[in-house]
Amino acid sequence: MTSYTDKIREISKRLLKEGKVDMVIGFAKGSVPMMHQPMFAGNAGDVDRFAWDGNCGINLANYVTDRKEKIGIVAKGCDARNLAVHIVENKISRDQLYIIGVPCTGMIDRHKITARVPGEIEALVEDEAGKTVTVSGAGFSETFDRADVLQENCALCMHRNPVIYDELIADEVPEQSEKEVDRYAAVRKVEEMSPDEKWAYFEDLLSDCIRCYACRNACPLCYCPTCFVDESKPQWVGKSVDPTDIRIFHFLRAYHCAGRCTDCGACVRSCPMGINVRALTKKLEKDCLENFGWEAGLTTDQRPPLDTFKPDDPEQFIK
Amino acid sequence: MKNLLEHMGIEPGRLHFSWISSAESTKFVEVAKQVTEATLALTSKEKKYMKTKPKVA
Repeated sequence: MTSYTDKIREISKRLLKEGKVDMVIGFAKGSVPMMHQPMFAGNAGDVDRFAWDGNCGINLANYVTDRKEKIGIVAKGCDARNLAVHIVENKISRDQLYIIGVPCTGMIDRHKITARVPGEIEALVEDEAGKTVTVSGAGFSETFDRADVLQENCALCMHRNPVIYDELIADEVPEQSEKEVDRYAAVRKVEEMSPDEKWAYFEDLLSDCIRCYACRNACPLCYCPTCFVDESKPQWVGKSVDPTDIRIFHFLRAYHCAGRCTDCGACVRSCPMGINVRALTKKLEKDCLENFGWEAGLTTDQRPPLDTFKPDDPEQFIK
Repeated sequence: MKNLLEHMGIEPGRLHFSWISSAESTKFVEVAKQVTEATLALTSKEKKYMKTKPKVA
């Protein structure tokens, strides 16, 4: 991981010195463990604050929306896919970006780790080989197998290497195959339930929601100037924490991501209540794959399925 | 959309989609009848779609 960090700093320094970019967006250590934050480096002096390890789970594509500068951006597999989505949706142009691709082996799930230790985590150390994670705090120190504490979306990820990039900082990592991981096991489990059970499942899943909209803010897809939940004329959705309002919010938020979501997990990571909101977006991802053979963010020359029409689109539901 | 709503527990048969031209009045009547019948058959849990009164601490 130190080699990754060094390489990111080295490339950023070079880009800024040569004047190829106006700034580099990367990750820096946050004020608390496991919460790395985005950092914008405008000059070569800033780049030494860049960091890379298993806590870089937020999606940096979120920070390039409608920018005018030339930007160097650190991008793991999912960030690169979201940059591709941004390019297709005209939120940034490819020429403005210098993508520093980072082959990724998954990010650590802060909710999972926090739940497994007895107290507040003060430090987290990964071993150089990327096999174990050791967390420590007042009176405890525990070591976990890295594979056991990965974010669920990372464990199921099929695109660990950036799909578009200008420069890779390391050799590509091996991709997982459809045989090794069953991406949609969780979705199928819900699909098999009866309507009542499904209703109860989501009632329970969303019951902790406090409507803080962190999932929306962390999501690179949610770039509307005014979100539907914030509008008051007309007011599309109730603003209370009534289960009905919460359900409508989550349904619509997920649906706005249909065919665009890359399953980067930023929403789940940002949720202060630890709600697995991916339960909704993953279903949409599965439907898009099954109905339209589409995976978001793999190409910059195709429009997403929900804004194109093909004569052979499935339409059995229309009577 | 239908898929996700039904994934979240809306009963199949509650949400309907249909193309009806403004000239197809008979089709409209037919579809309206079918929709009413299908949804009335599912009335058992009607209440869950309604907002409850806000809880005051």
